[in-house]
Amino acid sequence: MSNLLSLSDYLPEMILLGVILIAIVMDLVPATKRFTKGFILVGLILVAAFLYQGDTSASSLFMGMSAHDPFGTFFKWLFIIATFFVVLIAKYDDGMDQSIAAEFNILLLIVMFGLFLMATATNLVMVYLAIETVSISSYILAGMLRNDIKSNEASLKYVIFGAFASGLMLYGFSWLYGLSGSTDLTIIRDVLMTQEGPVFVVYISILMVLVGIGYKLSMVPFHYWTPDVYEGAPTPLTAYLSVAPKAAGLALMIRFFTMTFTDGAGETVANVDWTVLIAVLSAITMTVGNLLALRQENVKRLFAFSSIAHAGYMLMVIPVISTDSSAAIMFYLVPYLFMNLGAFFVAIAVSNHTGSYDLAGWKGLGKRTPLLAALMVIFLVSLTGLPPTAGFIGKVYLFSVLIKHQQFYWLAVVAVINSVIALFYYFRIVREMYFTDSDDTEPLRPHPILTWSIISCVIPVLVLGLYWSPVIDWVTASLKMF
Amino acid sequence: MSSHILSWLVFIPIIGALVSIVYQQAAKVKGLDAEVVAGTHKWIAAVATGIQLLFAVWLYTMYDPAGGIQFQEKFSWIPQFNIDYFLGADGLSMPMILLTALLSFIGVVSSWKIKKSPFGYFAMFLLLDTGMMGVFVSLDFFLFYIFWEVMLLPMYFLIGIWGGPQRQYAAIKFFLYTLFGSVFMLLAMLGLYFYADPHTFNLIALIQSASSIDATIWGINVQVLIWVALFIGFAIKVPIVPFHTWLPLAHVEAPTAISVILAGVLLKMGTYGLLRINYPLFPELVYWFATFLAVLGVINIIWGALNAIAQVDLKKMVAYSSVSHMGYVLLGMAALISESPAGAQAGINGALMQMFNHGTITAMLFLLVGVLYDQAHHRYIFYPKDYHDPKLAGQPGFGGLGAKLPIYSAFVAFAFFAGLGLPALSGFISEVMCFIGGFSVFRTLTIIGTLGILLNAIYFLRAYRYVFMGPLNEKYAGLKDMTGREMFTLIPLGILVLLFGVYPAPLLDMIAPTMNALVDLIHSAGSIMGIQ
Repeated sequence: MSNLLSLSDYLPEMILLGVILIAIVMDLVPATKRFTKGFILVGLILVAAFLYQGDTSASSLFMGMSAHDPFGTFFKWLFIIATFFVVLIAKYDDGMDQSIAAEFNILLLIVMFGLFLMATATNLVMVYLAIETVSISSYILAGMLRNDIKSNEASLKYVIFGAFASGLMLYGFSWLYGLSGSTDLTIIRDVLMTQEGPVFVVYISILMVLVGIGYKLSMVPFHYWTPDVYEGAPTPLTAYLSVAPKAAGLALMIRFFTMTFTDGAGETVANVDWTVLIAVLSAITMTVGNLLALRQENVKRLFAFSSIAHAGYMLMVIPVISTDSSAAIMFYLVPYLFMNLGAFFVAIAVSNHTGSYDLAGWKGLGKRTPLLAALMVIFLVSLTGLPPTAGFIGKVYLFSVLIKHQQFYWLAVVAVINSVIALFYYFRIVREMYFTDSDDTEPLRPHPILTWSIISCVIPVLVLGLYWSPVIDWVTASLKMF
Repeated sequence: MSSHILSWLVFIPIIGALVSIVYQQAAKVKGLDAEVVAGTHKWIAAVATGIQLLFAVWLYTMYDPAGGIQFQEKFSWIPQFNIDYFLGADGLSMPMILLTALLSFIGVVSSWKIKKSPFGYFAMFLLLDTGMMGVFVSLDFFLFYIFWEVMLLPMYFLIGIWGGPQRQYAAIKFFLYTLFGSVFMLLAMLGLYFYADPHTFNLIALIQSASSIDATIWGINVQVLIWVALFIGFAIKVPIVPFHTWLPLAHVEAPTAISVILAGVLLKMGTYGLLRINYPLFPELVYWFATFLAVLGVINIIWGALNAIAQVDLKKMVAYSSVSHMGYVLLGMAALISESPAGAQAGINGALMQMFNHGTITAMLFLLVGVLYDQAHHRYIFYPKDYHDPKLAGQPGFGGLGAKLPIYSAFVAFAFFAGLGLPALSGFISEVMCFIGGFSVFRTLTIIGTLGILLNAIYFLRAYRYVFMGPLNEKYAGLKDMTGREMFTLIPLGILVLLFGVYPAPLLDMIAPTMNALVDLIHSAGSIMGIQ
């Protein structure tokens, strides 16, 4: 579709850009400064409304740069929900520097815009631009606590790792371009399909692309930045990073690996068998994440490793070349979004009281603040993957892909053993909350908005654990990709 | 109401828990006295489990032994995944339903004196009750699995918050062990779904299709893999040696009522699962597996009994006696491959009766240990050799309580004799039936297994002697005999033990048609294979 015609399918993005620009101006004008946050929230709802209104057909926009398809729309919904929650609660994190709250929110919107692009990019140039839009804003966001040395460290580590990974990916892109003479993913795929026998250069370029995406997903061995960045960054951002960019990375992964690097008939291109590589990396990712989480004393670091493990679970189905694997990942992301955000929000509430993210600060929470502790238990049960929560259903779908397609059974066995390991560290938090008493018996009093955000995260976790038909229908309808 | 009786049975406890939660909030707002609030929570739990028990009895009166699977409820739940909400009861689930309802009610009554946050305790207890009941009435594997897992969390809290000194370790060990088993069950469940044609979780439909699965993974028959994965899950729950190490710890650390539930109901889920899923779905594999199961059963009998003999802690001794008694069940189940139908029927009916009878007997034993512990604050038959007080180390913990506590010692004598399998008490009947069945197939093994009866007698009688006989230990001259409430929890169990010891017909009539049909199913598979 030509550039001008494309704009009609690009309304949500354009509104988002408008909201960003107006919010920047609003923050500069003293009279409107205090309405900035409210305006951003309304803007997000507006974006969501136009996203809902948009047509559900799949088309190519901006002469093949970007796609408008239900697949991308599905991910955009996740980004909107995550951004909305994080903007909503960022103010109630005492660890945040409130003088730059507006900058935080605006940068978050820019990240979200980048994520929109990531989920829909169909051209190498667009992919790179999208990833950089997300990354550069994230580097700034991670370092936003200027007086906190850990935040500075987080930002710097993030930059160095990020620059390295995207450099490698760009190098891989250049090989793909050299092979095919085009930056368009569909053309690249058509050219790769004509290649006979294992082509070494194709393997190299796939590997390079994997580095770039793997870094966003915090896939082992590109995960080293994760714990430090998660620990140092402002917690609302950590919550956001653990969910939204990871979902975008998976969207990109699906576009690259289930679309571009396959021949459409369930086979890899040019006989380059990358499936085993990803299967092994997935097994290593979940195992490393879970094992390293076992001994963490800092809740943010613990969740950093837990998010690495969850990336491993989701990667597990990528080697099965089928739309079922995309569907399973998309389904898993829905509960993952809510349970991870919810758990981080509870962590924020606790640290507002204790001033730190040490696990010891959770002692006796079950007695001090029964509601918060009970909600946390539900999130942890869901993260472990136990019924009757949505996390369990998500895991069932992931496992069922492997079993249905009768591939990589060993990976399923590794994954189930990993969920047993995960139980141990998630329930260390439960143990602190319920089995130990604290000298501090003062109940926590989180701001009502924080409490209600947590409750609204728990509802989907519980409801989708008992009745998930609508979501699976939605996922099935969203599998249409351009 | 009677058309949804099974749903009521499952969800009455949850309704009770919700009432408790609402009441708790209301009480907080109104600022009611903590003592009053605690009392109300008790009563809510007692009423909920009481109504559940009445429903179970009502179910029993309506149940027709020859009627196959009854009280069915079936709704499509998740059509995209062919998951149904499918409940039903047959001769296999009936005794377990009754046992669950009875022990839950007794558990609530015996927890009357709980001090530490009764609200949480009873809410968790009721959630656990729902999970247990759900497992025994589900006929859809997915639903079964959900109930199976739902039990873990309340049990974790009940052990971890209200348990003994090592409760934290016991709670997480229980959780990790059972989860380890159930994740393999999850894979087996999905394997069944995708390999069976048509794809379904319906356990009745799978009886038709599961045994015709013809595929291999890693060169191993898929049926065998599914069997083994399910077996790991169930074996941990039974527990079958060597998966039993979570049991003594969890049973000893749990509060009395929870030990009753653990030993009385949860252990049965393992053997129930084998009988509900493994046996009917893969009848041919029963032949392949039975000898192994019989060996495991005998190991359980002997190993559990030897361990019980070595214990100085009364509760630990009772816990190990459960390991031993579950061994009889396994032996009876293995006897299903007997060439003589009579032997097979004796074995399998004996196994299911033993599951019920062990539930009532072990519940009595744990309750009685709890009665003593509540007053004496220890339960050593002998103080351990490394006891912190060197004067007491190695000395008998009690002595001569018989004269001081006549009612209590009479109850204990009754329960101990039931535990060691004295004729005219229910344990005897079911153990003998397991042995009769076992003897018709595994002669040598069964002869070794009968040694277990002797070993059981050793530790029960020895414990009785050192606690109740001889001169009275003056330290315990102040002990009071059992209260009315304690007797109230024990008498119904005692009546059942005595009744089924002299007249097992009501129980046997209820289960026999279903179990004999299972025998026929498996024997016909055997005759196709040319074994029978």
